[in-house]
Amino acid sequence: MKTVFKRTPTLKDCPTHYCPGCGHGIAHRLIAETIDELGIRGRTIGIAPVGCAVLAYDYLDVDMIEVAHGRAPAVATGMKRTNPDMIIFSYQGDGDLASIGAGEILHAAHRGEQITVIFINNAVYGMTSGQMAPTTLLGQITTTTPLGREADSHGYPLQVAELLAVLPGAIYIERCSLHNAAQVRKTKKAVRHAFELQVSGAKGLSLVEVLSPCPAGWRMTPAKAIEWVENEMTKVFPLGRLKG
Amino acid sequence: MDERILMCGNEALAEASILAGVDAYFGYPITPQNEIPAYMARRMPEEGRVFVQSESELAAINMVFGASATGKRAMTTSSSPGISLMQEGISYLAGAELPAVIVNVMRGGPGLGNIAPSQADYFQATRGGGHGDYRTITLAPSSVQELADSMSLAFDLADEYRMQVMVLADGILGQMMEPVVLEKKPRRKLPPKDWALTGAEGREQNIVRSLWLKEGVLEELNNKLQARYRQIEKDEVLCEQYEVETAEIVVIAYGVAARIVRSAVDKAREEGIKVGLIRPITLWPFPTEQISRAADELRIFLTVEMNCGQMLEDVKLAVAGKAPVLFYGRAGGSIPTVEQVLEKIKQLTTKKAFSGQEKTKL
Repeated sequence: MKTVFKRTPTLKDCPTHYCPGCGHGIAHRLIAETIDELGIRGRTIGIAPVGCAVLAYDYLDVDMIEVAHGRAPAVATGMKRTNPDMIIFSYQGDGDLASIGAGEILHAAHRGEQITVIFINNAVYGMTSGQMAPTTLLGQITTTTPLGREADSHGYPLQVAELLAVLPGAIYIERCSLHNAAQVRKTKKAVRHAFELQVSGAKGLSLVEVLSPCPAGWRMTPAKAIEWVENEMTKVFPLGRLKG
Repeated sequence: MDERILMCGNEALAEASILAGVDAYFGYPITPQNEIPAYMARRMPEEGRVFVQSESELAAINMVFGASATGKRAMTTSSSPGISLMQEGISYLAGAELPAVIVNVMRGGPGLGNIAPSQADYFQATRGGGHGDYRTITLAPSSVQELADSMSLAFDLADEYRMQVMVLADGILGQMMEPVVLEKKPRRKLPPKDWALTGAEGREQNIVRSLWLKEGVLEELNNKLQARYRQIEKDEVLCEQYEVETAEIVVIAYGVAARIVRSAVDKAREEGIKVGLIRPITLWPFPTEQISRAADELRIFLTVEMNCGQMLEDVKLAVAGKAPVLFYGRAGGSIPTVEQVLEKIKQLTTKKAFSGQEKTKL
């Protein structure tokens, strides 16, 4: 019998701690596939954020570090500057990257650090049980916006990809989504491109923003959550390549 | 470079760090230590090493965290308010068992304070400063030469014990020019960095982390760290004793304050007052044993600091009620004069010094 689909070696064979319908597992797999396809497992260092993906090293079989909330781009800077031949990627959520770590990602991009950032946007703080994130949509109910996010007092959803795309140091910025198989394939292409740029020595930061479902944080079924990504999130966070 | 050159403390410690093999320097501007990043910005690229001006102290300490995790010797420097911002990263360094060297050229506080010399960050340095049960090896040099010499020791201690080491200087030491001999020192025999993130080629993945959710695991880590700290307390204490053997009054002071005290001790001795100086060079581990032994004789202890009385607590713990411990300090960037310290020493030679009233005035 011909094997047409199997686990990629860099993705560990173990049960997941992620909730049913969560997008992290898919995103992890896309990264693991990319690392294996490019043959860079032996020279890759991954950076896990604070948030649900703090345990990413339980799934990704590469050297990994766990860092303080939001500081991944600074840690990546320290690693890449001292190890220019290593492939350094950070994996960060929206609370981590767009809120507490907004300064670090902005300046890493601004300096044109040669790193790859996978930015998971699920419009909510998942691990801490569903508070408003900078990326929370207007009207979205969270534990800290019980009546829905409202622009006057909570501000507007923060469009990180657009914000970073204007910086000369950011060479590749694309927003993707995980809401159906076609989009997952597009996300894979983007992730792979972001890694390839670093492997080729391209001068600058590459970031792939990935719209990802969080059924537990959104109090939705997995099926409903996928619909919400497609119907609501993509309206505020349009998909496509913004730079590069 | 085997001859004496005239250098300010900030530049001397920078060059000494290069000689000590620092691979990467990360820092953010703050007075009174700006000579360090300026020096490093020029010298590190000359050596083919890394210099990055970070966007904040938060970023600087995390850049150190990243470089250190890959096995490199990394450092940052700052002054008091900047060191406060780094406390998060310092706690993570402690939790992840990563070596790092941090220089604090202290200034007056609290808050933005001023840019005058101070020793007000003693508590922050020696108690840990950030969250969690951890210690920071703290070196307190008192001359430009000793400051320079501290750097290779700091890097060696950091690598040997897999932890952060702070060099606690102050605005005077950083700015003052003194003759200094800069030379490459032999390294200690150091353990291999087999934990470093170097790419999992032909081996299992390495993980650098400080999150331990499984029951009991974090307690185990804490116990391991504490055992290491006890070892350091046993093996790494450094202090200088000056005229202590024959002293009836022992002054305890460190850093620049100790130099002022030393002059006061000399003057007091000229006047026939039997006074000596114990100068802790490591503030943590603290020379508890040395001070405790000195307290076995009938003596009076005077702690002199450029703060409102911080090391005073460690001196009291060391003396453990065996002798009176008094304090003289200047706060907010003010510097005690030799005359003021001498005056305090003289007061201790009168019986009044022991009355409760006098004590509170002191």
